[in-house]
Amino acid sequence: MAAGRALRLLAPLGCRLPQHGPAARRLLLQQPRRGLRLSAAAAIQVTVRDALNQALDEELERDERVFLLGEEVAQYDGAYKISRGLWKKYGDKRIIDTPISEMGFTGIAVGAAMAGLRPVCEFMTFNFSMQAIDQVINSAAKTCYMSAGSIPVPIVFRGPNGASAGVAAQHSQCFAAWYGHCPGLKVVSPWSSEDAKGLLKAAIRDDNPVVMLENELLYGVPFEMSEQAQSKDFVVPIGKAKIEREGTHVTLVSHSRPVGHCLEAAAVLAKEGVECEVVNLRTIRPMDIETVEASVIKTNHLVTVEGGWPQFGVGAEICARIMEGSAFNYLDAPAVRVTGADVPMPYAKILEDNCIPQVKDIIFAVKKTLNI
Amino acid sequence: MRKMLLAALSRVLPGPAAAAAAAGRTASRVMVASRNYADFANEATFEIKKCDLHRLEEGPSTTAVMTREEGLHYYKTMQTIRRMELKSDQLYKQKIIRGFCHLYDGQEACCVGLEVAIKPTDHVITAYRAHGFTYARGVPVREILAELTGRKGGCVKGKGGSMHMYTKNFYGGNGIVGAQVPLGAGIALACKYFGKNEVCLTLYGDGAANQGQIFETYNMAALWKLPCVFICENNRYGMGTSVERAAASTDYYKRGDFIPGLRVDGMDVLCVREAAKFATEHCRAGKGPIVMELQTYRYHGHSMSDPGISYRTREEIQEVRSKSDPITLLKDRMINNNLASIEELKEIDVAVRKEIEEAAQFATTDPEPPLEELGNHIYYNEPPFEVRGPNQWIKYKSVS
Repeated sequence: MAAGRALRLLAPLGCRLPQHGPAARRLLLQQPRRGLRLSAAAAIQVTVRDALNQALDEELERDERVFLLGEEVAQYDGAYKISRGLWKKYGDKRIIDTPISEMGFTGIAVGAAMAGLRPVCEFMTFNFSMQAIDQVINSAAKTCYMSAGSIPVPIVFRGPNGASAGVAAQHSQCFAAWYGHCPGLKVVSPWSSEDAKGLLKAAIRDDNPVVMLENELLYGVPFEMSEQAQSKDFVVPIGKAKIEREGTHVTLVSHSRPVGHCLEAAAVLAKEGVECEVVNLRTIRPMDIETVEASVIKTNHLVTVEGGWPQFGVGAEICARIMEGSAFNYLDAPAVRVTGADVPMPYAKILEDNCIPQVKDIIFAVKKTLNI
Repeated sequence: MRKMLLAALSRVLPGPAAAAAAAGRTASRVMVASRNYADFANEATFEIKKCDLHRLEEGPSTTAVMTREEGLHYYKTMQTIRRMELKSDQLYKQKIIRGFCHLYDGQEACCVGLEVAIKPTDHVITAYRAHGFTYARGVPVREILAELTGRKGGCVKGKGGSMHMYTKNFYGGNGIVGAQVPLGAGIALACKYFGKNEVCLTLYGDGAANQGQIFETYNMAALWKLPCVFICENNRYGMGTSVERAAASTDYYKRGDFIPGLRVDGMDVLCVREAAKFATEHCRAGKGPIVMELQTYRYHGHSMSDPGISYRTREEIQEVRSKSDPITLLKDRMINNNLASIEELKEIDVAVRKEIEEAAQFATTDPEPPLEELGNHIYYNEPPFEVRGPNQWIKYKSVS
């Protein structure tokens, strides 16, 4: 840290600071993540966990009405350590440990939001949100509409969603389609650290109920975070998809962890001369179908990829909307879905591995669509 | 005595006042003022029923002072609610009100007693039998009736209907049985967080009292000492199921276990008022939540589709009407203690009927909301966007 600061002081004197290579990396590692910056553009590696932690910390600091509640969020530092250090910094009033009472504490969080606070309500996993789903849908999502706009509900429901590793059927369900079904909610599903930080900040600042579907397997994964993304005011707009990789032959649309699988599949396919355009939805509702349409108009082929079950899923919605819109006339083949297998999640590794969409399944689907 | 006084006054006073006095009417203001002073007491003290207590050393006072002004206010408010509910019954049978309609007649002393014990800055949340509370919290009758008839002049523009009416510091109007209880505790959490010494009255019925989420809420409210007054309006029946058939323990004021509780005569507006004052003081003193059970009764069935006589006898309903009607109780008290005259109260009745008639007139003639309203208020503070209708070509604009 001292070296970094010293170097920074030298910069105005005209010293050239290393921007690339091992010297630069050493300099970067010497800096605290959220402290001093080199005057040169400095992207750093940040895990999704740390990105979420930063987002929470920054938003708690920015607005006194923001508070976090859930099981183990305070003294345990969070079941997945997402809220590490926050209770120590903000105390009992802002970081609240709850008993195991999802329906009760979710209702309490929604009521607090109706009365002017801005709660972040954590579900240890979204599987447990089913206990509280009435409060999310009937109390949070619908109240603004029923009250003709007089009672807004500025709340964020967040937690890990979907398959993990070996946690079996009751702990592996994806709720994107369930929550994405309901008007009045916004539903976001981040993939990278930038997504996670920017979407959580945007969700907390949004005056509407936002469901944020994180992914446990991504928490420990580091992603590059641009300097811009490190800023305290960086938000990712809700309702806008991102093109992670440009391509010309086929559009791959995905959200959350499968975005990474799509990029891996794209790398393999590129060697065979197939260029995939990978769209990271980022938001499930309101869905940015325009970005998908523009991509399909360009590539003429569509493959959707998701972790959830196929029936009535995110992919089904994308396909239906593509049929209804301008992009349909540009399809050279029917749109295709890659999803989780249509079974409750089994435990044994070989079985579980074959229940989630793998890179090989995406490649197979692309080749089928392109008829190669 | 009165006739003699009137005769004397009619000789003394000029003009219309004299005519009014001669006719024995209490019409003119000058007359009433002098009659107040001469004829009525300013206030009276009443004995009220002692509350059953749970985990409390002392309860609310067993005497209550009521001024003439207070009495007239309570009477007018309860009577307005009564007539509003009866008018709703009429409109429903004419099919001008649709869907669900859960009427509050018989329970007026509850919402009025509670409202007069709290401040406008306190908060209230209840379930679907909410018209009385909506009025007590300040929404005019015409806006309530127009909401019931689904018109644009309704208090939420026709978007909510009977079970979803809101106003400042009144959070409905909630359709899912029991869901409003955690919400109320959340509002209480916000009260504590903001530190403005406000409390939240969180109401539920004897049927809802068996919901699991209420017990989750009791636990957290007690743990975190939330300024939440849990109020069970026990009208003896959860839809068609009597309390004996639904609850292993019908001592609803004790169901909070570790939370202190009191059982209150919910047909006596003064009893409710004193108990509510006691309960809110308890919360404001930082002692945490408290449970109040109001023993009350509804004359109508559960809703307009329930005649209300398959699970209880007409005799029972009649008995409550004749012996415990909250409005009659108050009226008798006022007359017997010289706080008002029968004529005066009759005049209030006439004024109330007139107000209800005018409100009903508004509610039946105001136009329905424009079709554009369909897409609005999905989100709050959001730039306008498009909402899909029944097919892909029908789109509605959504503004916040």
